[in-house]
Amino acid sequence: MVAQETRRVYMDYSAGKPVDLRVVKEMLPYMESSHGNPSSLYTFGQEAKRALDESRAKVAKLINAEKPETIIFTSGATESNNLAIKGAANRNKAQGTKILTSSVEHMSVVNTCKSLVKEGFQTVFLPVDEFGLLDLEKLEEEIDGETTLVSVVYANGEIGTIQPIKAISQIVHAKNAFLHVDATAACGQVPIDVNIEGIDLLTISSNDMYGPKGVGALYLKDGVHVAPILHGGGQERGLRSGTENVPGIVGLAKAAEIAQNEMQAESKRLTILRDSLIHGLLDPIPSSFLNGHPTMRLPDNVSVRYSFIEGESILLSLDLMGVYASSGSACTAKTLQPSHVLLAIGLKHEEAHGSLMLTLGKQTTQEDVDYVKNLMPSVVERLRKISPLTPKELKKECIRTK
Amino acid sequence: MYSDKVMDHFKNPRNMGEISNPDGVGTVGNPVCGDLMTMYIKVNNNRIEDVKFKTFGCGAAIATSSMTTELAKGKTIEEALTISRSSVAESLGGLPPVKMHCSNLAADALHAAIKDYQEKREKKKEVRK
Repeated sequence: MVAQETRRVYMDYSAGKPVDLRVVKEMLPYMESSHGNPSSLYTFGQEAKRALDESRAKVAKLINAEKPETIIFTSGATESNNLAIKGAANRNKAQGTKILTSSVEHMSVVNTCKSLVKEGFQTVFLPVDEFGLLDLEKLEEEIDGETTLVSVVYANGEIGTIQPIKAISQIVHAKNAFLHVDATAACGQVPIDVNIEGIDLLTISSNDMYGPKGVGALYLKDGVHVAPILHGGGQERGLRSGTENVPGIVGLAKAAEIAQNEMQAESKRLTILRDSLIHGLLDPIPSSFLNGHPTMRLPDNVSVRYSFIEGESILLSLDLMGVYASSGSACTAKTLQPSHVLLAIGLKHEEAHGSLMLTLGKQTTQEDVDYVKNLMPSVVERLRKISPLTPKELKKECIRTK
Repeated sequence: MYSDKVMDHFKNPRNMGEISNPDGVGTVGNPVCGDLMTMYIKVNNNRIEDVKFKTFGCGAAIATSSMTTELAKGKTIEEALTISRSSVAESLGGLPPVKMHCSNLAADALHAAIKDYQEKREKKKEVRK
């Protein structure tokens, strides 16, 4: 095996992103001097209040929301998803108790929907196709007069597939239900317009846009009501009690502003790197496959799988060479089940175990991509030599390509 | 997450491969669960003269396979049968708790190979009779 190298290539941006230094700079005054409580009447508090208002406007602008007041600040995407789903389900209980969602959602949507079942709601997890796209026919079949909310991820962070939100919205609105979209992975990477796309509730994460962790937002279209899940001092229009995390919110807003200005160029750059990496990881290696959609895909997401080998051992091998990535294997998760997203796109358990996810970001360069491309064939070949599953023909091919 | 010893065996697995005419073969695990191991043994005068493995699985699965072969090589059948999951984990300087059950199957694969060897030998005896 290749000796440990000092080069470090971080390709797990979807797990955590560094905070943009411009964001840090913007936040600092609100931790040092302007530390007032926005609820206080005196000037000091009003400075913080102004910062909140400006932040709301910036976040609203990123998604073309009709007005700043439609933005509710939360502690992050998990809370936004909880507030959207539990809040809308409970607030509209009199109209119906059926909630639809997809089978490629983040756990904060999956488990929130499951928790509603215990409260008497009916939750349906709609299937997706082999690329991870929601089955629109099934959506039309399942949606009925009892359905009050449909929750769909804008783009799945594991396989990168971007959903046809506008088409989904038309089906949902035809039945007078609300559409909640979890845009955690997508927001800041691809342009989102809540008006054009017909989105009623939208989850936004700060860290996924290079803002600080522990802060997020929920867009609530004018006229869409949710019941709060946190009770207290009545901040955020009574929908999210608790003293506002002003530095975090200012950071989120700055991150949103930067994303808006730089998204186009950065997404173009990342898409080129993404496709270069996908080709490099698949073309020279037999029995290798892409997970997710080839083109309707987040610019930062590379998800591949290799037959006959297991994901954690790929990650460990990469780690030894300074490459930090992620896997759909159960061995890297808290449960013994492989990723539900990979199973939902029809992969067998053993295929899901052999999956590798690399997510790119602002600091990823072509050199990083080339480095990973160059070392992957030998990593896969070594593990396949150890594996009892590798077919004889493939073993010969591995040796020949040496 | 892993001890240096686990990483050493993962990086440089000992006795990896197959034995062409083995006296015993044992396979445990299931690719569906993410772990599958095959252990091959060559026995001479009741002693495990050679042992090799093939493993599909995580780092712990590969390291425990490698360690098990190292522990088993040169041992008598009776000695080899005392090798257990916990003695393999111990020899590796411990395993993360979550790996103790799912990926620590190599001792079982060795025992299965020994059982296969013993059954084959019984059959041979019967044929001679």
